[in-house]
Amino acid sequence: MAVTDIAAPPARTARRKRMRRPDLASQWQLMWWKFRRHKLALFGLVVLGLFVLMTMFAEIIGPYPPGQRDTKYVAGPPMMPQIVDTAGNWHLPFVYGVKGVRDSKTLRMTYVADTAQLWHLELFVRGTPYKLFGIIPGDIHLFGTDQGSVHLFGTDFTGLDIFTRSVFATRASLGVAVVGVAVSFILGAAIGGAAGYFGGAFDNLVMRLIEFIRSIPTLPLWLVLAALLPRDWGALQTYLAITIILALLGWTWLARTVRSKLLATRHEDFVLAARLSGCSDTRIIARHLLPSFMSYLIVDTSVAFPEILLAETSLSFLGLGLREPVESWGVLLYAAQSIRSISQAPWLMIPGVFVIVAVLAFNFVGDGLRDAADPYSRS
Amino acid sequence: MTASPDFPVLDVSGLSIALDNDGVQVPITQDVSFSIARGEVLALVGESGSGKSLTALSLLQLLGHGLSVVAGQIQFQARDGGRTDIARLGRSGHAIEALRGARIGMIFQEPMSSFSPIHTIGAQIAEVVEVHEKVGRKEARRRAADLLGKVGIPDPVGALDRYPAQFSGGMRQRAMIARALVCGPSLLIADEPTTALDVTIQGQILELLRALKRELGMAILFITHDLGIVAQMADRVAIMYSGRIVESGPVRDIFRHPAHPYTRALLDAVPRLGDIDRGRRIQPIAGSIPNIFEVPGGCRFHPRCPVAVLPRCAASAPPRHSSGRHEVECIHGETELAP
Amino acid sequence: MSDLLTVEHLSVRFPIRSGAVWSKVVGHVTAVDDVSFTIAHGETLGLVGESGSGKTSLGQAVLRGHEPAAGRVTLDIDGRRIAITSMGKTELREARRHMQMIFQDPYASLNPRMTVRDILSEPLIAGAARGERLSRTQIDARVVDIATKCGLSRDQLNRFPHAFSGGQRQRIAIARALVLKPALVVCDEPISSLDVSIQAQVLNLLAELQETLGLTYLFIAHDLAAVAYVCDRVAVMYLGQIVELGTTRQVYYSPKHPYTEALMSAVPEPDPDSTRRPILLAGERPDPAHPPTGCRFNTRCLHATETCRAVMPPLRPLGDGHFAACHYAETLELRGALALGAAATATA
Repeated sequence: MAVTDIAAPPARTARRKRMRRPDLASQWQLMWWKFRRHKLALFGLVVLGLFVLMTMFAEIIGPYPPGQRDTKYVAGPPMMPQIVDTAGNWHLPFVYGVKGVRDSKTLRMTYVADTAQLWHLELFVRGTPYKLFGIIPGDIHLFGTDQGSVHLFGTDFTGLDIFTRSVFATRASLGVAVVGVAVSFILGAAIGGAAGYFGGAFDNLVMRLIEFIRSIPTLPLWLVLAALLPRDWGALQTYLAITIILALLGWTWLARTVRSKLLATRHEDFVLAARLSGCSDTRIIARHLLPSFMSYLIVDTSVAFPEILLAETSLSFLGLGLREPVESWGVLLYAAQSIRSISQAPWLMIPGVFVIVAVLAFNFVGDGLRDAADPYSRS
Repeated sequence: MTASPDFPVLDVSGLSIALDNDGVQVPITQDVSFSIARGEVLALVGESGSGKSLTALSLLQLLGHGLSVVAGQIQFQARDGGRTDIARLGRSGHAIEALRGARIGMIFQEPMSSFSPIHTIGAQIAEVVEVHEKVGRKEARRRAADLLGKVGIPDPVGALDRYPAQFSGGMRQRAMIARALVCGPSLLIADEPTTALDVTIQGQILELLRALKRELGMAILFITHDLGIVAQMADRVAIMYSGRIVESGPVRDIFRHPAHPYTRALLDAVPRLGDIDRGRRIQPIAGSIPNIFEVPGGCRFHPRCPVAVLPRCAASAPPRHSSGRHEVECIHGETELAP
Repeated sequence: MSDLLTVEHLSVRFPIRSGAVWSKVVGHVTAVDDVSFTIAHGETLGLVGESGSGKTSLGQAVLRGHEPAAGRVTLDIDGRRIAITSMGKTELREARRHMQMIFQDPYASLNPRMTVRDILSEPLIAGAARGERLSRTQIDARVVDIATKCGLSRDQLNRFPHAFSGGQRQRIAIARALVLKPALVVCDEPISSLDVSIQAQVLNLLAELQETLGLTYLFIAHDLAAVAYVCDRVAVMYLGQIVELGTTRQVYYSPKHPYTEALMSAVPEPDPDSTRRPILLAGERPDPAHPPTGCRFNTRCLHATETCRAVMPPLRPLGDGHFAACHYAETLELRGALALGAAATATA
């Protein structure tokens, strides 16, 4: 008995080392531990990570440049990679070659799989050269075929590869969202912070302004603002303008959070304690107030992402946001809205899946963050 | 059928509650046993984390998410003699709902949050009667007014139509007592009912509970950490520490001849009004209350115990000794209990 | 013994606002109404009262944690008189080193995002001791020193508050208050959120530190027994006013105000044979926004007369440093804690 008692302490310290030490963990570590338990949020985070990779390495992931037309496969359906051919033989992944057949009645070209031809899929093939990040030259693409071409999501009426375009569209769509959220964040934090800090008439004014902005139905407002944009502006200018419009309408949620959190935290005992120990106002704000509601701001931001993402998609879908030749999910979907597309090339709607996946991923992450935002809850 | 006199209103035996922590059962209370007879007040005393409030909640199957009764019996005998083992009832269903609020009343610490702010006091008390007994609205309101008068609320009929926000803290606590008693329960569970109140109001509420107990002859399980209230209210006392009842017995035995070192330490740790001349220094208990994830082995009090015998107290659970109704779990129990 | 703290005619008012959109101040609650008292060097003055009596507001106003509406607060530091209430913001920040506060809830009073070391260093780096320009090592030495005195070990300094139990957190809060070596410490209900077995630790720690560091306490509490245990003198507050003030012995053994008597009687004695029964006061405390005319206690007092309903009694001296605000202080036969039946129980 006594022997085990004596042996116990070192064993325990050994176990401790491997254990997490919540007593030494900072706010962010605690939040991460709490977040990690949220499986769906973790999954969302992985998906978002993939999207980020996609925006960074779109040139590599897309097998072709986004503007490259495949005149031999116009409005062609998605090609499914296979590993077993019709004869039942196993192969490395391949797609069937295609045969163009002109419909005798409508005179329209339709494409059918040519089971006699196997176009093998290969990883890291050399293809059209590009400049990664605008500077690094390269010609390696993630995948491609040894002969013919591969269009995983099919092509549109001009022969553009939809998969490639969807990947490139991530860049614009997420870009608008990131810039929009960043601008709203700055506006919201500054305006909300000032309202909460100065209080009184200014606070009242800001709150009424927020209520006013929020009471305007969003869609007509977007339409008006977007209609004000000169039609002759270039793609980049429109892009920036859209971002700013979305940000100007999006800051209200954050301003409210900042204000209410500031008001709530200002009366916490630990803030009074800091004041009583002689800290200046600036130090109290910077060192005690801001860090204590930073986590809530991050949660709110994560919730704002899908909103701005959807806003951009909706505007572009209506033809009022970004326009060709810029790729964004909304722009791609804009092309899918005609009866002709739905009846003849329903695969044009595939970019919509990207929107859904991204919005869900953001929401999952937001949920996880919300749970983790207050790692000090006493339960 | 009438209640058999020898069977207590509530008889809890071997009650263990555990928390499900990611699939691992963490014990919260272990082997808790006590009983309360008609007209008796049992005080369940303990500090935060002792498991006293969870024990109370388990008596009504009100344990929160992740918590469950894993062993033991909760035998309840209603006024008509019907016996039920509450531990076997589900969290919802007719059987437990018929007990809650009707046969067993409960009052909580926080009189602010125990009433819904959007319904009148009268409606909320009458609702209890309507749910449990087949009576009309008029009769239910009459009963509610009757009870409000009994708990000392002036103008009880007028009070029926007022909202909780129009009541002061003390009045709200009285209203909560009225709601708990409106169906004439055999058992009242009072979980720190005066902790949120001022001391002059606390006196009023304690006096009221004493009077109601005499008048209605119900049993009261009184949960508190305040030894002063225990001494004034209880017939018998059970002291809980880290999920176990370490000592129990008649109130005089506990205060005059405390047998467990923890009970003695608690009594020595509270200042009294008579100490003004600082002749008596209060004796703090060293260390802190163990949290449920780090319960010490052997006797749970041994790391803080001034008379612990090591390594015995750390190695094995202390034996249970008893003398009459006075019981204690301590290796010194036998000598301490000797008259 | 000279007085460290002098409080004269101090009042604290809170605005009552109304209106959802453009809120307007429609009135004031006078939380503290014209209160005066002194505390001698090294003394502990207890401030007892129920919720809404204004004791916490008074404690904060003394430190200008909440700005008083009127009155003067003066500290006497080494013979130098420091007029707290007439200071500018910058001066006040400097003066805060002489007066500190311990809060009721150690869960709320410690910034959960800072380590114990940072919490304890904060007053020395950014706070009232900034003028001293201490080096990093000096600051660290001061922090370790005060932490040790408060029963915290050196390796605990790198942890965050959430790693500590309530009692240990209160030790951290005490250490933070004392790291500036203040003369006056306002303890606002320092034990009421702690468990019984921990309360005694903190009470004894406060007593020990007072002795070794020569501290002066304003000890705010509703627990009369704890106040009796640590205080030299006691002030009893009711609805923003001090109704009785005297040595602990005077106030507890021979109270001169009916409210004090009722308060004493209501404390349940941890003794089943105690014959003390609470004097049941009628009703409850009136709304502080609409205090009754005359004596503020007259609506609940068993001895109230027409005079009490019409004329507010001043806090007046009764000899031997005993003060009471009752028209009938000399004539009423009031019973103290002992006479009320606190059986002389000396449990082993």
